[in-house]
Amino acid sequence: MSTEVLDTAPAPETGKRLSREQVILLVGLPLAVAAIFAVWFIWWRTADLDDIEARALTGEAIRAMLWEHIKLTLVGTAIVVATAIPMGIALTRPGLRRLSPLVVGFANMGQSAPVIGLLVLFAMWLGFGFWVAVLGLCLYAFLPVLRNTIVGLQQVDPTLIEAARGMGMSPLAVLTKVELPLAVPVIMSGVRTALVLLVGTASLATFINAGGLGGLITTGINLFRFPILVSGALLIALLALLIDWAGRVLEAFTRPKGV
Amino acid sequence: MSTTSTSATTASGSQERHGAELVFDSVSKRYAAKGRPAVDSLSLNIPAGETVMFVGPSGCGKTTSLKMINRLIEPTSGTITIDGEDIRSKDVDTLRRSIGYVIQGGSLFPHMSVRDNIAMVPRLLKWDKSRIDARVEELLEMVSLEPGRYADRYPRELSGGQQQRVGVARGLAADPPVVLMDEPFGAVDPITRQRLQDELLSIQRELGKTIVCVTHDIDEAIKLGDRILILQEGAQIAQYDTPENILAAPANEFVEDFVGAGSSLKALSLSRVDEVELQETTTARVGEDARAALARARSAGDRGVVILDDRHRPIAWPSLRELQYMDRIPATRDDRLPVVDRRATLNDALDEMLAASQDGIIVTGQRDDYRGIVRFEQVTAYVQEANRNAERAAMSRLSTQEQQRVDAEQPSGATVDADRERVEPDATAEDLR
Ligand SMILES: Nc1ncnc2c1ncn2[C@@H]1O[C@H](COP(=O)(O)OP(=O)(O)OP(=O)(O)O)[C@@H](O)[C@H]1O
Ligand SMILES: [Mg+2]
Repeated sequence: MSTEVLDTAPAPETGKRLSREQVILLVGLPLAVAAIFAVWFIWWRTADLDDIEARALTGEAIRAMLWEHIKLTLVGTAIVVATAIPMGIALTRPGLRRLSPLVVGFANMGQSAPVIGLLVLFAMWLGFGFWVAVLGLCLYAFLPVLRNTIVGLQQVDPTLIEAARGMGMSPLAVLTKVELPLAVPVIMSGVRTALVLLVGTASLATFINAGGLGGLITTGINLFRFPILVSGALLIALLALLIDWAGRVLEAFTRPKGV
Repeated sequence: MSTTSTSATTASGSQERHGAELVFDSVSKRYAAKGRPAVDSLSLNIPAGETVMFVGPSGCGKTTSLKMINRLIEPTSGTITIDGEDIRSKDVDTLRRSIGYVIQGGSLFPHMSVRDNIAMVPRLLKWDKSRIDARVEELLEMVSLEPGRYADRYPRELSGGQQQRVGVARGLAADPPVVLMDEPFGAVDPITRQRLQDELLSIQRELGKTIVCVTHDIDEAIKLGDRILILQEGAQIAQYDTPENILAAPANEFVEDFVGAGSSLKALSLSRVDEVELQETTTARVGEDARAALARARSAGDRGVVILDDRHRPIAWPSLRELQYMDRIPATRDDRLPVVDRRATLNDALDEMLAASQDGIIVTGQRDDYRGIVRFEQVTAYVQEANRNAERAAMSRLSTQEQQRVDAEQPSGATVDADRERVEPDATAEDLR
């Protein structure tokens, strides 16, 4: 048909999902993190540490703290994802739509309250430990995921939803096959924000005995040991960069093709 | 339409379901408790297999009326039946799966490939995979998109016109007897729109669905509709009749204004290019000696030469002056070549001539092969002729209507069929004078 010839269609670019900047970021960031870590590692192996420093910076201690930190972050994120996304979905359904400003306002309060205050408050109320820290962190990271889920679902073109309904898809099918896939990019950027918030604030967990790399910083400050303090800060920063990177990878690979 | 698509549909054409009758019985829709209803007691009979175009000013209730058919909007009162069956008697999703729905711009799901978009309803209906695959191919061919090239693309990798085609294919996917379209070609440029209209016409000629199509464009309504429903505020019927009758005898001033002054020009939308006699002109093949072609054109008295490729398709139409400087006929394709399908309307042909500022247009047939040309003078002559015929027809209609009125006034007079067209004989007679 002549129509085919005459219609100017953009060239197909199926499968190509990432822009060049994204590729540079996704490949470059872990390389940079690895390089900085290598420098720190060499320093750590060769530095002339005093007794206190050596005890605080044993490989074993650092590994334990790192693992606690990652656990706090990931468990917190998992809980936030498992609660905030369903709640965001519920709050965009016709029946509950009216409640969404109320809930978002509440979540806003959770985020604007200082985390350290939140943690201490919870500790006083529920005691010290890992799960209390997770609870405090979740409250803090709940908002971005909830808000992005709501926004992500609201920004789906209503004519597409109507088209889907008009073709005979059930409301549930419209949600799972049209609304959620189209909202995924926005939701995932909320999840990444939550991850980054959590990895940063998990440093405070040490105040309520929940572990994490924050321990190095407090030790460094309490004992006036600069190498400990800097090691802690550096490792937290590197972990945060890496988590942010993982979030970006997740974002890139959950984004539906064609969007 | 190309032969490939034609044969593809006729191969299974016998299994295609034909249209169903659609009846509105005093259907009203009120959005707010107060104020005027958006649709006020609409009664309408849409015969099976016909294309009915809903036109009218913005906000008159076209979309509301349309969406009540697939229950995206529930009427406040009244009933709608499809083949005698109340649409509320079935589960709403089941009903919708049996009604095609095509909207402006195609409204394709951006995260699904063309194939998945088209396969949507068949999958909901749990067709098996091989049947779905075959259907997707068949439909893509029907809307002139090569399946191999387009089936796995995503909507953003298609032009607006192509997206619209996929939208039409998606609406037809599960072979519904009734297809609803809301300004289906509203979002594409005029040339593409014209092609899409031509395709829809030939698809409809084969499938015989009941199509209800909303449009803003009276020319589109005239071209596509077996009947046109002209609505006024509140979905009041101003006139419901064939395009010919509406043009020849607008029921009232509203219709007359709406149809517009140039109704003789509008008649161009009713006539196909193949209704005028195609003219011969000099043609040449790619690679041929340009001077020989030039000489042939000079002796025939032509001002240009139509260049054909190896499949007899026109690719350029250079003037003799341009040809003078060539040795061989080049294979360059002119993207702005004025060309129409022989089944396009004269209106489209005129449009393209004006767009290309040429006083003639190339006409193609199946598989885009060259058929001849139509000259501007032929179109103007046709308008004058149509004008005279319309006047004559209007005069004779007038006298029959007067006769009918006289008959109706007789106590023993036979029932008059004039109501079928919902034309007030008085008003028509007044307005035509
Ligand atoms: N959801 C709604 N709520 C309230 N009023 C509505 C709604 N949808 C349409 N209307 C009103 O109903 C009337 C008819 O609307 P409709 O969309 O059917 O018009 P239309 O003929 O399709 O117009 P257009 O040509 O602009 O698309 C308009 O006055 C419109 O404002
Ligand atoms: Mg409308």
